[in-house]
Amino acid sequence: MTDTVIEAKGLVKKYGDLVAVAGIDLEVRAGEIFGFLGPNGAGKSTTISMLCTLLTPTAGVARVAGIDVVHDPAAVRQRIGLVFQDPSLDEQLTGRENLEFHAFVYSVPAPDRRRRIDEMLNLLQLADRAASPVKTYSGGMKRRLEIARGMLHQPQILFLDEPTLGLDPQTRKSIWTHLNELRSAKGVTIFMTTHYMDEAEYCDRIAIIDRGKIVALGTPEELKQMVGGDVVTITSTQPDDAAREINTLLGVTATRDNGSLRMEVPDGKAFVPRLVRELSAPVDTVSLRRPSLDDVFLKLTGRAIREEEVSSRDWNRALASRWMGRRR
Amino acid sequence: MTVETAAPTIATAPAAPIDTRMASLRAIYIIWYRDILRYWRDRWRLVASLAQPLLFLVVFGSGLSSSLGGAFGRGSGISYIQFMYPGIIGMSILFTAIFGAMSIVWDREFGFLKEVLVAPIDRWAVAVGKALGGTTQAMIQGLILLVLAPFVGVKLSVLTVVELVPLAAVLAFGLASFGVAIASMMKSLQGFQVVMNFLMMPMFFLSGALFPLTNLPGWMTVLTRIDPASYGIDPIRRVALSNSGLPNVNSLGLTIGGQVLSIPMEAGIMLAFGVVLLGVAVVMFERRD
Repeated sequence: MTDTVIEAKGLVKKYGDLVAVAGIDLEVRAGEIFGFLGPNGAGKSTTISMLCTLLTPTAGVARVAGIDVVHDPAAVRQRIGLVFQDPSLDEQLTGRENLEFHAFVYSVPAPDRRRRIDEMLNLLQLADRAASPVKTYSGGMKRRLEIARGMLHQPQILFLDEPTLGLDPQTRKSIWTHLNELRSAKGVTIFMTTHYMDEAEYCDRIAIIDRGKIVALGTPEELKQMVGGDVVTITSTQPDDAAREINTLLGVTATRDNGSLRMEVPDGKAFVPRLVRELSAPVDTVSLRRPSLDDVFLKLTGRAIREEEVSSRDWNRALASRWMGRRR
Repeated sequence: MTVETAAPTIATAPAAPIDTRMASLRAIYIIWYRDILRYWRDRWRLVASLAQPLLFLVVFGSGLSSSLGGAFGRGSGISYIQFMYPGIIGMSILFTAIFGAMSIVWDREFGFLKEVLVAPIDRWAVAVGKALGGTTQAMIQGLILLVLAPFVGVKLSVLTVVELVPLAAVLAFGLASFGVAIASMMKSLQGFQVVMNFLMMPMFFLSGALFPLTNLPGWMTVLTRIDPASYGIDPIRRVALSNSGLPNVNSLGLTIGGQVLSIPMEAGIMLAFGVVLLGVAVVMFERRD
């Protein structure tokens, strides 16, 4: 057995003329947290669905836990845990009953059922609410229950599709704490998609996906090194003049981004005084920071992923599901 | 599916041995159990589903009984309310079985169906589990109404009750399978309701629950004989009214070409209908992605 648990080669998914995933190659190692990062519509969910055997690839091969996803989907499903983007709990049943249902359909051996359910409820801090109907749970608790459920049949890999969508920052953070705990307690490999840049930092390795293709793959540090040095951003009342001067006097290319100018320089601390001294165009504000994954994405695709890019559809869906959950 | 490029060959790791037959049985059990649990927990639905038959019996039954008077059944010795009572048991089974299947559409709407469909279990087990869940609920719902027998002047014996249980079961099974087959093709709750209104209400009216299926216009006779519920309700009526002073209970019996069908024959038709429709449901479940 190698320590590669997910392997994809030339994975393609087409819907008629629309190419959702345009040839993806990746390898995920045992025990790592692998993040799939990209804007909406980049092909994240389509890729994760193919790896989870929910969609059949148009072309290419994927092996999960050593098994071909097309050849034996049931065997793959037995070895993976799934946390879907949309809620999939029975709200009328209690947390424990939801887990019992899962234990049955995933053939958890009878003597282990109770023990594993208790263990997961404790790990995800749901034990005290296990006997309450899920409809009384908060959004974060429902997510935790779905994670507990996904881990119940002791999968080698846990797949999570946008596990933190629609949750508040504090709850998002606690979900991450739990995922890290699960990894150290159970040695499970975690494969997840997100469009939150800050979350990608928690991952061991990240693949950045845009328009159905992986544009970069590496550790968060490696990816940030793709942006040369530091990021300097200035605002100016005459941004066009400032950009021209920066280019001619300092030899640096500045890119316009929402009325501000952004440039990547090897040594920011030395650059800022020169910039202020040599520019004749007025400079209102200057900021200097280490590159973030946002900058990496911007550099690779020429576009930024921002919170606003969370499409209104996603938000509506997240809100609707909460609202309906309460209503039921 | 078509693979466009030549796929590199990858050795497949041996799968851990899981007895698939046992896995399917476990799945059927837990899917059935979940339905029963939800049914049991939803007390208001239970109460509501008893209120409707009572309303029919008390208002509709009493009203028609007194206006028809002795005219009903031409001196056969039973009142309209007695005649109608087994039909109302059938109605209760029909509505519960089909609405029970609506939980599939509901589960799709609220995401739980995904948890079921991605599980490493055979799809046919899901269809069977759902059909059995609906069957059980409908059976309970129908048999509960037997407690009303003394109030409508229907005499039941231990033997008739024992005979009624399997008859209620085949009717419930046939209609629950029908509901699962329909629900497996439906994508939204609205669609299901439309189909149900165009299928369930005619099925109820043509089933002989409310009036005898004799001396009807030709076109209607044909429709009542096509209605599968007719074959489930008629035997329930014949058995339920067997101690109620009818000179010949088979005079109620459903006829085809002037020939009265025997109770086992009717039950057999109902059972066959259920099996065929369950087969349709299984095919539909296997097919969808």
